Amino acid sequence: MNYRWNWEILLQEPYWSWIWSGLEWTLLISLSSWCVALVVGTLFGIARTASNRAVRAAADIYVGLFRNVPPLVQLFLWYSVFPEVLPEALGLWVKRDMPSPQFVTAAVAIGLFMAARVAEQVRAGIGAVGLRLLPAALATGLRPWQAYRLILLPLGLRAITKPLTSEFLITVKMSSIALTIGVLELTAESRHIENYTFQGFEAFGVATLIYLLLGLGVTGVMSLVDRYFGGDKLRRGDR
Amino acid sequence: MSSFDWGIIWREAPFLAHGMALSALLVVVATAGGLVLGVVLALMRQSSRSWLSVPAAGYVTVMRSLPLVLVLFWFYFLVPLALGRPVGALASALVAFVLFEAAFYCEIIRAGIASVRAGQTQAALATGMRQSQVFRLIVGPQALRAMVPLLLNQIIIVFQDTSLVYVVALRDFMTSASIVADRDGRPTEMYTIVAIVYFVICFSASKAVEIYQRVPAR
Repeated sequence: MNYRWNWEILLQEPYWSWIWSGLEWTLLISLSSWCVALVVGTLFGIARTASNRAVRAAADIYVGLFRNVPPLVQLFLWYSVFPEVLPEALGLWVKRDMPSPQFVTAAVAIGLFMAARVAEQVRAGIGAVGLRLLPAALATGLRPWQAYRLILLPLGLRAITKPLTSEFLITVKMSSIALTIGVLELTAESRHIENYTFQGFEAFGVATLIYLLLGLGVTGVMSLVDRYFGGDKLRRGDR
Repeated sequence: MSSFDWGIIWREAPFLAHGMALSALLVVVATAGGLVLGVVLALMRQSSRSWLSVPAAGYVTVMRSLPLVLVLFWFYFLVPLALGRPVGALASALVAFVLFEAAFYCEIIRAGIASVRAGQTQAALATGMRQSQVFRLIVGPQALRAMVPLLLNQIIIVFQDTSLVYVVALRDFMTSASIVADRDGRPTEMYTIVAIVYFVICFSASKAVEIYQRVPAR
């Protein structure tokens, strides 16, 4: 195996800017799809604990559909098929005229896929700590949505900050599939550099390092969030 | 917009079936190889010798922090370099899958072993069994029972993961459909059937795992 190392190449232009912009896209996709996943996932997670059978069934269908189709296929469905089944003018706008269509499509597709996973966690969280409190909450005169907002969700979400951290990490990794529809995120840019320079070790090495650091960052931020809201205390049971 | 032509699915069925065979091959190799390597990694991580446990833990952490797409690119670049000759996308994808999934199988195996309470081991040792007998007769069978559903679910995830070989232009089920979609301008028909097929397989498989889990242990 003969290989000429050249780590300095990463500091040269344009490669340095490629990595930087790749990182920016990875962060953008990860954060925006994580927001989608949290909001949609929490809604469906709540729906899965609902007493109304139709609501529960609808949420079960959502989770079943989105968990059993590979995320890459979902991305292609949103990117190539969804605009085709819309009315023509709207389809054209989604495909072409909305601001950065590839990015938005990727963020929504990854977000909705992750939402199905988040919904499972939220359901488990509410089921574990909160559901038995529902009759008590209702007995105090709270309306069902108040009971969820003031009691079940605060307790349920605190109980699942650990699994949610894993889901966030999966979201960051999942952002790499956006390259298949042409978003030049971190993995795509490292491939790009390897194609131009044949310095694969350096190109993929720096991407690997950045993903490891992102993972540490996400874990750190989530444990701060956990500590701030007292999730660790709740799980240890010292309240 | 032209109307849909669902007949294309039947006309291209042999090509798609060929793709599905490649997806199946990837699942089988990734699972078989990943399990073997996963057992080795799990045993290394259990070890009290740090020169065994630290590298194994590092390997698992790194692999689990990386996107599979990046790992596929890594080995697409590394395998030919290590062998000194071009080997094609299939060989490097197989290597990537085995090495990547091994990290996940390792964690499942570890969780399975950890789920057997320490008292079991202590009691078995107290009856005079040797360490290897304890593992084979007491811990192993119980750990296996705990990990089987997780392993089966992981195989379903691996099956979904195989669609990512798209990025190295390997013609698995997903990529074959995408080739037809691009060539004939029929993305709606092709991606719809792809989604349906994946859904039917994964959904029935995960339902089967659920049913298996409900069957009480004998």
